[in-house]
Amino acid sequence: MSDIMTAKDLNLWYDKTQALKNVNITIPEKSITAFIGPSGCGKSTFLKTLNRMNDLIPTVKITGEVCYNGQNIYDSIVDVNELRREIGMVFQKPNPFPMSIYDNIAYGPRTHGIKSKVKLDEIVEQSLRDAAIWDEVKDRLKKNALGMSGGQQQRLCIARALAVKPKILLMDEPTSALDPISTSRIEELAIELKKSYTIVIVTHNMQQAVRISDNTAFFLLGELIEYGETEKLFSQPVDKRTEDYITGRFG
Amino acid sequence: MKKNKMIERAIHSVFLILGLLTVGCVLLITIYLVISGIPAITEIGVFDFLFGTKWASTADMPSYGILPFILTSVYGTAGAILIGVPIGFFTAVYLSKLADPKVKAFMEGAVSLLAGIPSVVYGLVGMLVLVPAVREIFDIPDGASLFSAIIVLAIMILPSIIKVSMTALEAVPKEYEDASLALGATPVETYFRVSVPAAKSGIAAAVVLGVGRAIGEAMAVMMVSGNVPNMPSLFQSVRFLTTAVASEMSYSSGLQQQALFSIALVLFLFIMLINATLNFFLKKEKD
Repeated sequence: MSDIMTAKDLNLWYDKTQALKNVNITIPEKSITAFIGPSGCGKSTFLKTLNRMNDLIPTVKITGEVCYNGQNIYDSIVDVNELRREIGMVFQKPNPFPMSIYDNIAYGPRTHGIKSKVKLDEIVEQSLRDAAIWDEVKDRLKKNALGMSGGQQQRLCIARALAVKPKILLMDEPTSALDPISTSRIEELAIELKKSYTIVIVTHNMQQAVRISDNTAFFLLGELIEYGETEKLFSQPVDKRTEDYITGRFG
Repeated sequence: MKKNKMIERAIHSVFLILGLLTVGCVLLITIYLVISGIPAITEIGVFDFLFGTKWASTADMPSYGILPFILTSVYGTAGAILIGVPIGFFTAVYLSKLADPKVKAFMEGAVSLLAGIPSVVYGLVGMLVLVPAVREIFDIPDGASLFSAIIVLAIMILPSIIKVSMTALEAVPKEYEDASLALGATPVETYFRVSVPAAKSGIAAAVVLGVGRAIGEAMAVMMVSGNVPNMPSLFQSVRFLTTAVASEMSYSSGLQQQALFSIALVLFLFIMLINATLNFFLKKEKD
């Protein structure tokens, strides 16, 4: 498997507080990479540097590089909107737009210039199928998305992200607001999706990382402490701090 | 213990009485307007009163048709909305989403100040600056016209439209905007395709509030509209519902005075209708 994203000596400050310290990591394509660590360890912050969502916070300062297909995404020639189209994101709290299910999915393609009704219908159906929610919603595509359950809303958000045909899907604790059944459906979905997409998932749930990820990165106080194959990291951690965390001694 | 309860009850009653005072005022005004507005309408005839095109209250053969006033108020308000809403709306989007914090603080202060200027000052500036300018630019004998009134009203309704729209736009959850940006939409696309639709009830309420402001304004429009009871035309001197009451009340008597009350009643009905619409949108915003 080739690497699709690489971070080199990445540092990030919120005003004067340093939230990420010299992070170096390579993420292989068509696999699931999990970021774990206690609250405030920088895992979500690091995830958001991968599609430049941190740019939206005015006080953020970043040094170092994040390369996507060999291109530093913080280079001034990079079109950030194009970048975010290729690197999609699913948020912690399901956040469908207050519009119909159909319009939610069609929002991205429309933004990128697709107007043909036939084409949009096709994309909407395919995205909903890929997110394993088509059968549940096919009869109420015109209904407001806010009327769905939390788990359905989150799968809708995944479908919405897939509709712009990204290469990478960033998931920021996508199941933390969901019940166990909805959670396992999202996990199954993630495993299915890695055939075609690269998935990076932040999770506070170590079992989830074990269940679905190929590689795991453990963050602590803004540092990447340990990174490797999930199985190995959980069975034979190299660093004492990783061991303490995964055995539940803190966090 | 018992004493505490008594004090509680007493305070409760005081608040209740104060609240009822407001309700009482509204009720009193409504009843008074209906009682004093109905006689002239029955005497003149509903149709002749509402749809008569000639108002000549002091003529030997007086005529009491208020269609010129109704249409002037409707046209004047529509014109003010047509100009004021786009300006106010885009200003609100700019201030709530795009502006630099310093620029925003400065401009918000300016908008609040605009809201605090007394209407007679608007009228005065309109009279001294706008009216002569309209006369020059459009080459008409007198600049005091419906057009000048529309411009003044458009400026006067800006603060309400900007502030209410801004409140609605700022209440849009950030999660919606994040989701849109994460799909590769630009910030401006995001504001117009996600934030504005999400705030649409609030923005509609802002427009209705603007309508209420415009239709109820008297002093400023009286000073710039010329105040002649013509059927409305953009560059002619006109009289509004509000100014019709204000300009004759001091020397009126008999049927003329009663007719003025009837005009006030018509204006009151307009305002009630606008208020009902406003409440409808505000309620929708809450849901």
